[in-house]
Amino acid sequence: MNSSVALPVLIPFATAIACLFVWNSTRLQRGITLLGTVGLLLSGLVLFQEVETYGVVSIQMSGWSAPYGITLVADRLGAIMVLLNGVVALTGVLYAFGSIDKGREKFGFYPLLSAMFGGVSGAFLTGDVFNLYVWFEVVLMSSFVLLALGGERPQLEGAIKYVTLNLLSSTLFLVGIGVLYGFAGTLNFADLAVKLAQTDRPELITVTAFIFLCAFGIKAAAFPFFFWLPASYHTPPPVVSGVFAGVLTKVGVYAIFRMFSLVYTQEMWLTHFIILWMGAITMLTGVLGAAVQTDIRRILAFHSISQIGYMLSGFGIAGVGISAAMAAGVEGQAERAAMLTAGAGMALAGAIFFVLHHSLVKMNLFFVAGAVKKLRNAEELEQVGGLYHARPFLGAMFLIPALSLAGIPILSGFWAKLALVRAGLEVGTYAVVAISLVVSILTLFSMTKIWANGFWAPPPDTPDGERGSDPGDEEDPPGYRLMLVPIVTLVVLMVAMSVLVGPAFRVVQKAADQLLADRVYIQQLWESSGKIERIDALLEERNYVTTVLGEEYLRALLMPIEEEAP
Amino acid sequence: MLIATLLIFGAALVGPVVHRLLGRFAAPVLALAPLAGFIYFLREAKRIFEGGSVFENWNWAPELGVMLGFRLDGLALLFALLVTGVGVLVVVYAGAYLKGHVHLGRFYSYLLGFMGSMLGLVLTDNVIALFVFWELTSITSYLLIGFDHQRKAARDSALQALLVTGIGGLALLAGLVLLGVLGMQASLDDPWSVSGLIEGLAGGAIDRDSGLVHGAVVLILLGALTKSAIFPFHFWLPGAMEAPTPVSAYLHSSTMVKAGIFLIARFQQGFSGMALWDTTLVVLGGITMVGTVFLASRQTYYKKLLAYSTTSSLGAMAMLLGLGANAAVGAMGYLFAHAMFKGALFLVAGNVDHGAHEKDTEKVGGLAGKMPLTFAAALLAAASMAGVAPMLGFAAKKLMKYGLHGSEWETILVVGVTAFSVMTAMVACMVGVLPFIGKLKGSAGEAHEVSPGLLFGPLVLAVLGVVAGVMPGWFAAPLIASAASSVAGAEKSVSIGLGSLMKADLSMALTVGAIVAGVVLFVVRALWRRATSPVEWLDVVGPARMYTRSVSGTLWLAWWQTRILQNGYLRHYVWTILGTTIALVGYGLYRSGIERIPLPIDQPFYFEIALVMFIMAGAIGASTIRTRLAVVSVLGIVGFAIAAVYVIFGAFDVAMTQFAIETLIVIILVLVVYHLPRFRSFSTPISRWMDVLLALGFGAMMTVLALLAADVTLSGPISDYFAENAAPVAYGRNVVNVILVDFRATDTFGEIVVLALAALGVMTLLRLRASNPNGGTEGDGGKGEGA
Repeated sequence: MNSSVALPVLIPFATAIACLFVWNSTRLQRGITLLGTVGLLLSGLVLFQEVETYGVVSIQMSGWSAPYGITLVADRLGAIMVLLNGVVALTGVLYAFGSIDKGREKFGFYPLLSAMFGGVSGAFLTGDVFNLYVWFEVVLMSSFVLLALGGERPQLEGAIKYVTLNLLSSTLFLVGIGVLYGFAGTLNFADLAVKLAQTDRPELITVTAFIFLCAFGIKAAAFPFFFWLPASYHTPPPVVSGVFAGVLTKVGVYAIFRMFSLVYTQEMWLTHFIILWMGAITMLTGVLGAAVQTDIRRILAFHSISQIGYMLSGFGIAGVGISAAMAAGVEGQAERAAMLTAGAGMALAGAIFFVLHHSLVKMNLFFVAGAVKKLRNAEELEQVGGLYHARPFLGAMFLIPALSLAGIPILSGFWAKLALVRAGLEVGTYAVVAISLVVSILTLFSMTKIWANGFWAPPPDTPDGERGSDPGDEEDPPGYRLMLVPIVTLVVLMVAMSVLVGPAFRVVQKAADQLLADRVYIQQLWESSGKIERIDALLEERNYVTTVLGEEYLRALLMPIEEEAP
Repeated sequence: MLIATLLIFGAALVGPVVHRLLGRFAAPVLALAPLAGFIYFLREAKRIFEGGSVFENWNWAPELGVMLGFRLDGLALLFALLVTGVGVLVVVYAGAYLKGHVHLGRFYSYLLGFMGSMLGLVLTDNVIALFVFWELTSITSYLLIGFDHQRKAARDSALQALLVTGIGGLALLAGLVLLGVLGMQASLDDPWSVSGLIEGLAGGAIDRDSGLVHGAVVLILLGALTKSAIFPFHFWLPGAMEAPTPVSAYLHSSTMVKAGIFLIARFQQGFSGMALWDTTLVVLGGITMVGTVFLASRQTYYKKLLAYSTTSSLGAMAMLLGLGANAAVGAMGYLFAHAMFKGALFLVAGNVDHGAHEKDTEKVGGLAGKMPLTFAAALLAAASMAGVAPMLGFAAKKLMKYGLHGSEWETILVVGVTAFSVMTAMVACMVGVLPFIGKLKGSAGEAHEVSPGLLFGPLVLAVLGVVAGVMPGWFAAPLIASAASSVAGAEKSVSIGLGSLMKADLSMALTVGAIVAGVVLFVVRALWRRATSPVEWLDVVGPARMYTRSVSGTLWLAWWQTRILQNGYLRHYVWTILGTTIALVGYGLYRSGIERIPLPIDQPFYFEIALVMFIMAGAIGASTIRTRLAVVSVLGIVGFAIAAVYVIFGAFDVAMTQFAIETLIVIILVLVVYHLPRFRSFSTPISRWMDVLLALGFGAMMTVLALLAADVTLSGPISDYFAENAAPVAYGRNVVNVILVDFRATDTFGEIVVLALAALGVMTLLRLRASNPNGGTEGDGGKGEGA
């Protein structure tokens, strides 16, 4: 059933459209949206299951074969990301039910949210670089309106910066697509990958790689492009911050992962080295930014940047490892090459694991910040305080994800960090490992800052040594209990992922291996040109390239070279 | 062993519930968990004493090299018994000490959580699991030190302890993983097991001379020394005394701070003999041993005295471990004795605080009559601490000195150890004697003996210290011997009659002399403090000050860089992004040989040149003209000229679209301009030149890119397929339209969604305003960036 690839895209848009039809009834909109997000999650699960069975699933939209039509394709990474999108959507919508105000509900909050999830699914599933641009636009427009919805002054200030810088990203993206199309004459990822793998002018390809790196770097909020994120994340209602933290920057990170593992593998020693250091500086500068903030959501926003850095440097380690392995292979050091390749696999798996971990944890922390805001009507740490005593349960729900974010064992953040540290040491990127560990202690520092000032410290106007109001003294504000449902759900998911790290890590490892295998496969494909039996054997394999492009097209592509061969 | 560990973690989880259900009986019930572990380890003890060891292995995440592998050998046994045994006493003590505290339930959780982590730490045989438990002890310790969370001092010292041990912890992680990676490269069977790695190091499979091994040594030592509060990281431990007393007794004397010593002991066989390892331990351990006991001798607060003397003892153990196989028995012996007497003394301090409400040893006196049992425990423990025969402490001091023999450092070390003994004896008098003798003083008048729950712990520990000293062969000697032999390696193990060595004999004049000197020092302590007061200036350059400075320095750096980067000006953000893009892409173009790009100047059409002139003039005009209306019309010129370019190249439909859009934009802008505020220029000349520069740079970049895209074709475009198939297969003669609605309909769908969203956005932005009372929000958003 190939249509399962399209469902995660279609369901949210159908939901959004259905909501528009019942514009005047927020209750119906709530119902439809809940149904739609459950549908999205289920379709994500179905897709995940199918990818688990077949490896890769794809569908040709409008029935035109690749590379001429648009392909939607799910490999393991894509399926994982779509599943994540489903989790974020469902918990986000539940949280919205408890926290969003009537005004925003009346003015299209739910359809905007659904459209964003649709766009995100599209970005995770598309197999076409221009189509990716379109989904980026959908995500940008819906997130911009969500950000500005409500029209509060700070919101508008943040939204202007958000949209300006992201439009810059779109422009660069479009420029990149144009130049790339000029070079390669195609837009399909798999087709690009196959065609560009065999070029005699890799430096030219790298020029376009740089353009995309800048475009995606803005989206992912990497150094030195991250400015829109701290300017905007803390301004909208917490549910919006949370959902943004869950999937928005991940779209940029995913785009980098996809393009630079499939298409841009010509000069990994350069491109991925830049990504590695971009990530390293991003994580450092983000965490330093967080260290001086005193507002809960601002701290969290800066940490998002820092964590994006971890993901990127993990990806960079993988790339640097692969290119070092290739060099070692050329020099005949097979053992060393195998070590480096294993390290690269570990790095990539760790980076993907980090994406999942960070989505769940950061979203949860934003949700807790929202709950704190609901309780205390404040986000400045000085004005909060006393929650450890008054709200022990909320305290636990903050502390667990916060420690996870800081990479404390046995929580998910630790496993992600461990994978990256180990991979970094295996590949030999010692400086980046050192930076990541320094960042880790600074992360712990700012998480304890929230904990010590927001939870441990007495409430404002209470002298040092007193605890403040007792548990049960304060009544739950309306919607508070409903807000706890997604919070608890996310904590449970994260803890499950932490304790069952064996199986969880196996999933991302398979995804990473699959990504790395694509590059090797394309290499083999070209190396075997001219040897018909070898090509036949290779084309029988089921992977990203064969699933998208089909045997016939690939054979035709390899034919001319076949004829030239003696 | 997994079960014993999990049992304690389980007790931690249900702690608050048990507390709520059982009230004051919760402590004894919860203490059953460590008790069960204690009994289990006792039962295994015999096998260990005979030189055996017990292994267990469970898979956790083999992909990451993480196994729950456990190994019980002599060293692990000693620690496991301490952790569970003292653990039982402390849980019972805490139940009585914190009776009625609102957060007692949570306290049980943290304490038992710590206990489980500590037990796991000493038992595990997997380096990653070792770190996992290590870090868990740091976090639970953070929660315990900050237990009196409403006080700022408690919160701050909790953070200090967490940061110092946290930094060390991360170094340890790097060191351990590095070792594992080296193990992988050396193709060890199980590169992630502690025993496997040590074997690899000792056996030469891993080259100990390599730089990476030295790196691993530095990192692992950093972890161990921070955790065990060895100079220059000793300062966090006195700060950690903000914790409730049972915590100080358990974490900061008996167990957690000894985790660093454990780690050193564990890796002793792997690294011993490396100059870096040995020298670091002897020098830093020695400095800590003498230096911090000196600091202790100048204190008067009960727990500070104990804290500084604890760091000093830890220093002594580290120093002994640096001396190699011979001294291992001294290290283990002293460690065991220290856990007994220091644990007891901390609990005594808690009792004095509880019974007489006094934390300063000088301000209270004559408690002996009021609190006789506490006094008994204090006296026995202090005697052991001072090294009085026949206490265990006496035997331990002898074992220590035995370890110094034959060292190249012997003379200076003997001097150091003697100074250490003298001042330790003095401190012992201050904590074990001073509050109890003399006239009733301070709050002692209203003092009362404490409840049995509070007496149980210190008495048991103090009495054990005596029993172990009098009858060393019963349990103390085999325990110490088996621990020492797993530290030093079975073949190198001390084959001396440990029992007889530990027996009290009066031949050691030095020991007796030290005690006497200590007592003298105690008597003249006021004079001593005055005489040594010049050292106070050390505070200014001391490590504690360095800690404060580096924290504030980091924060300043963070503030500065954030101020520069995230300064709130959109203009600067755009500059940075464009500048980086131009630099990066420019570099890419430079290295790809753009000089080879042919400029298409061979056959210029005058018509095209004219259009380009129009466009350029329009662009220049738009950026220099100061009235909005004029800018709008000049921009219109640019748009129409571009559309004309499309016409020249035959793209009539695109041109038509462009004409329509341009017309609409000009009309809309003209309509809007009327409503806008007066035009004002906010930019400075410098920033305007920056704009010019970046615009030119970006323009140049785009020009080169466009020329490049037109010049280079690596493979044929797919558009041929569209042209061929549009009419016959897709039944449309307008290829562009067919692409939009058929070949790439999904793109069009997406763009329609974008338009719909934009329309929705415009509507909501106009109608739902914070200032609009009808659709007003509740001010749910946060604050702006506040540039």
